[in-house]
Amino acid sequence: MDQFTLNLIVVGITFALYIGIAVWARAGSTAEFYAAGQGVHPIMNGMATGADWMSAASFISMAGIIAFGGYETSAYLMGWTGGYVLLALLLAPYLRKFGKFTVPEFIGDRFYSGGARLLAVICLIVISVTYVIGQMRGVGVTFSRFLEVSTDTGLYIGAAIVFAYAVLGGMKGITYTQVAQYVVLIIAYTIPALFISLQLTGSVLPQLGLIGSYAPSGGDMSFLAKLDSVVTELGFKAYTGDSANYFNMFLFTMSLMIGTAGLPHVIIRFFTVPKVADARSSAGWSLVFIALLYTVAPAVGSMARLNLSTTMWPAAVTGSAFSGPAISRADIDSKPELSWIRTWEKTGLLAMSDLNGDGMIQYVSEPADLAANTKAMGEAKAALAKAAEADKAGIEAKIAELTTAREGLLAAAQVGTSGKTFAEMGLTGNEVTKVDNDIMVLANPEIAALPGWVVAIVAAGALAAALSTAAGLLLAISSAISHDLIKGSINPNISEKGELLAARVSMAGAIVVATYLGLNPPGFAAQVVALAFGLAAATIFPVLMMGIFSKRINKEGAIAGMLVGLIFTSVYIFIYKGWFFIPGTNNLPDTAANYFFGISPLSIGTIGAVMNFLTAFVVSGATKAPPQHVVELVESIRVPKGAGSAQAH
Amino acid sequence: MADKTSSNAYWAANIRVITISLVIWFVCSFGLGIILRPALKGIMVGGADLGFWMAQNGSIYVFLVLIFAYAAKMNKLDKEHGVDE
Repeated sequence: MDQFTLNLIVVGITFALYIGIAVWARAGSTAEFYAAGQGVHPIMNGMATGADWMSAASFISMAGIIAFGGYETSAYLMGWTGGYVLLALLLAPYLRKFGKFTVPEFIGDRFYSGGARLLAVICLIVISVTYVIGQMRGVGVTFSRFLEVSTDTGLYIGAAIVFAYAVLGGMKGITYTQVAQYVVLIIAYTIPALFISLQLTGSVLPQLGLIGSYAPSGGDMSFLAKLDSVVTELGFKAYTGDSANYFNMFLFTMSLMIGTAGLPHVIIRFFTVPKVADARSSAGWSLVFIALLYTVAPAVGSMARLNLSTTMWPAAVTGSAFSGPAISRADIDSKPELSWIRTWEKTGLLAMSDLNGDGMIQYVSEPADLAANTKAMGEAKAALAKAAEADKAGIEAKIAELTTAREGLLAAAQVGTSGKTFAEMGLTGNEVTKVDNDIMVLANPEIAALPGWVVAIVAAGALAAALSTAAGLLLAISSAISHDLIKGSINPNISEKGELLAARVSMAGAIVVATYLGLNPPGFAAQVVALAFGLAAATIFPVLMMGIFSKRINKEGAIAGMLVGLIFTSVYIFIYKGWFFIPGTNNLPDTAANYFFGISPLSIGTIGAVMNFLTAFVVSGATKAPPQHVVELVESIRVPKGAGSAQAH
Repeated sequence: MADKTSSNAYWAANIRVITISLVIWFVCSFGLGIILRPALKGIMVGGADLGFWMAQNGSIYVFLVLIFAYAAKMNKLDKEHGVDE
């Protein structure tokens, strides 16, 4: 059976399973639609939250980012898990006791203000919509690679599947589907990791493999030391090397943690458990299931990185990379075990070019000045292809200038730790011109030459990760529209049946918008994630926390705090990434040298959160205290007794 | 709010548990994993230095233990103060 048929069968079976579950768990009431009727066991809820949380970014991108970023990118590992501690300790049990359906609803009641609720709805929709675009893209990319349809067709199929089970089933259907999706995605992620860890370190558990010894050279060297020695020999930064900026790494980790705890689609999961005590343990169970993937991720990334390097330099398996020849283009084109390189080259996410024409593909790191020359040369050549006849001479002169400069650079720049220059090695540059982070997880089983069914399961897992997160986000969006906007302000007398219909219609509408944005991505999918986390950190988390832990924070303080957090954070991001992400409208270049105190736009959410807290305290102190019924509300959410089930009224 | 003193004592106890937990949370992730990493290079966990291991794996295990310990402690406090469901 060929790989394509195998992929089709495995993905088909998982889809049939999701639809079957959705039909079985149809939602009949708003309580079931928004909060699954609050009858979900904490362990089930934990698995569903795990699937909800682990998006295409966690499944497909994270290990690849870690593979090439090394130690510094541990910020993702700590940030995306540590947020659950904040959730369990500071938010989940109290919001469950509050006993309503949505995050804006709490903010509106606690701060006795329709304006605060509306502001929360706006933040929620911006956060969730930016997030859902990435998921739809993930679905499209996975389909196009594994089912050999176009990205657009893949997107339509994905949208239809989500539509079927999310609109029908609401939170109840989504929750049980997510349990199934969790099982699929965790199997898909860990199976290749177990095989690869066994091959490289002799240890079945990837978590132990990461700190174990490197098996192919006889086990006298640790795996990490081997990885460091290979990548530094090729001129790259050591995997375990120091962070370039520990302060920024600190802030980035903190932003991701606070952002995680402030993401509405994660918070609403804790409205679905039966009791307050369950909300606490449910956060723990969520983290158990998330940790299964997150503790494996650094092993997946680092091992894929070593496998990629040794594929390109076969001698590196047992000794020095440069003690043997690099991989030859002829081998890539003929050997079946290297067919993955050809398949990924077709997608454009992996690109190789035999620059010096010696028939080999030399994968090395170019030092900064040489890399800058390569980049400028690429841009000039792209400009030349598009330029009008009259402008061509100028660009050609520029290319000639760059070519001369390059000669000098090649004669001076050293190839990694070889002790020889590029010119002495006969190299004219790094011949692996592109390795996209995103291919590392998807290509991992193929790089390690694992059987075809493993590849098929990874495809199903990537789809499960993207679909489950998309469904959770769509639910958060639809409940914000139908419950907070329509019932909360436009038409408070709407019947339960009418509200349920409104929820379904707004979810269908959200799917259409998400599909449209997935088909026509604004070209900033990666950057907007920074905005989503930054805003969640700077707006929703602080206001929820203060609403629970302070009786003194009032309406004025909360609104001022949210506005300051929202405006400060978005402006800082726009300054570097372009206003509303329109390319070319940025005021400062997006490089470390231009950041205030070295703080990258990704890390600014922490500062935004601090400003939100400070503003809220100062403004609340200067205005009058909240009314008595609000003080009583705060006192009541602080004790678990008498939580009952969630009430719409 | 029948028993205001009891619920005040309950809240104070809760805040104490949260504070201790957050100190552990901070020290293990931001402390050992980031700030103190350069100073702790000599301590090895298998093939990794302590700070590196805490950042890539260890802190996640600490988070897990922390949440379940907090949940257990709070369940006990709920019962002691008569505010459990």
